[in-house]
Amino acid sequence: MPKEERYSKLKEIIKIYLPEDVSVEDITEESHFTKELNINSANLVDIVLDVEDAFDIRLENEDMDEMQTVKDALQIIALKLADT
Amino acid sequence: MGERVVITGLGVCAPNGVGLQEFTKALQDGISGIRFHKTLEDLKFGCQVAGEPQLTDDLISQYFTPLQLRGLNASGILYGVIAGTDAWNDARLPIAEKDTPDWDSGIIFGTGILGVDKFRESIHLVDSQNVRRLGSTTVLQTMASGISAYLGGIFGCGNQVTTNSSACTTGTEGILMAYDRIASGKAQRVLTGSCSDSGPYVWGGFDAMRILPRQYNANPTEASRPMSATAAGFVPGSGAGALVLESLESALKRGAKIYAEVLGGAVNSGGQRGEGSMTAANSVAVQRCIREALVHARIQNSDVDSINGHLTATAKDPTEIENWAKALDRKGKDFPYVNSFKGLFGHCLAASGSIESVGVVLQFSKEQLFGNANCQEIHPEIAKLVDTSRIPRETQAHSPKIIAKASFGFGDVNACVIFKSYSD
Repeated sequence: MPKEERYSKLKEIIKIYLPEDVSVEDITEESHFTKELNINSANLVDIVLDVEDAFDIRLENEDMDEMQTVKDALQIIALKLADT
Repeated sequence: MGERVVITGLGVCAPNGVGLQEFTKALQDGISGIRFHKTLEDLKFGCQVAGEPQLTDDLISQYFTPLQLRGLNASGILYGVIAGTDAWNDARLPIAEKDTPDWDSGIIFGTGILGVDKFRESIHLVDSQNVRRLGSTTVLQTMASGISAYLGGIFGCGNQVTTNSSACTTGTEGILMAYDRIASGKAQRVLTGSCSDSGPYVWGGFDAMRILPRQYNANPTEASRPMSATAAGFVPGSGAGALVLESLESALKRGAKIYAEVLGGAVNSGGQRGEGSMTAANSVAVQRCIREALVHARIQNSDVDSINGHLTATAKDPTEIENWAKALDRKGKDFPYVNSFKGLFGHCLAASGSIESVGVVLQFSKEQLFGNANCQEIHPEIAKLVDTSRIPRETQAHSPKIIAKASFGFGDVNACVIFKSYSD
């Protein structure tokens, strides 16, 4: 799966968790989930589950801890996909 | 004497009508919300009929954001949020600003058990060693106070936000808790109400107790027969009712529409002593609760124009009527008008008190008494105490000044609230 496709798939997942005043256009690779996109930290576990389902991978607790920004998420996804 | 308390908003999500308009028409015209449920047949329930609000995805999406709906599997939350939002909007109350809660508005919204289907989903995940897959909202959907938490967040309420639970008394008790909070000056407005989940996991225990009717599976609309000689048990139901209670001062200042005044009431318990038990009411306590409600509301026995009973359509209906007759010392033609809405939507358990109270309050504004369904032949023990003219079988014109509403619940708990038509 090319990186662009992974990125747009991830944005599609994140979209639903954005607060009203943040739009999907505001998402960049550098965006921090909770500090910049203002996503409720409780929802990070839901994003992880959605990522698992969408990419058919499994994330461990350490992966979740490291997943602070969109870029972190993309790196973890790429790594997991490469493993499989 | 504290602040006067009035009702300025109503909302309802009932088996026979979602929204005030549909619900009012159903009560006026005797439209039933009791239906046959294939699921209950498949699961070999004795009683396969139930009252469940009819929701569509389109309607649900008007009350919830896509994020809130994600993984939402708690029917009580659907019903409670729909009824609560309608009541809030009906009262024309604003939603608090982004950064500042409305410190003067609170939520007291009860339930018996919440998120039963979500809980079942979780049990399967946990038992298959998949606890990590539960997601972030399992707790919120299954904690009893989930319903007040959802509502409090939607409107931004900064006063007390809580959930009460007292079995089938819950909704009526909540109205009195809201009344107390406002009358004592601790809040200006309280959204009160209650909700109850749908489904076999909620209703199964009652079926097992053999207190539900089993012979009406082919005739669901005839199954719930309060006060009838042929009453055969209560029909399980679900849904939510909601009322905005407000200090008269705040209501007048806002120029709010006022449906009725809450004069007060009483709650008590029979202590599971005497004839009372975990499942049966102690009549001494019931009568005492009704009398205390009148005293608290500062009215006389003779002031009560109409009663909306608990009257579930079990063998206990005659006992309840006898308790009203003794507590009010009135009988025959002198007995107040009495009705039960359960004939049209069954017994909505924790939601019953609030859904029925919404109906009671609508009787003031419509200047009508809504008729009793499935009660052509009145139970002989009831007919001995009450003249049949006092048990309207059809909706009739009437301008009640005072209506007493009572609910009784497992655990031998009672609540009686006194509503009055509003006049300045």
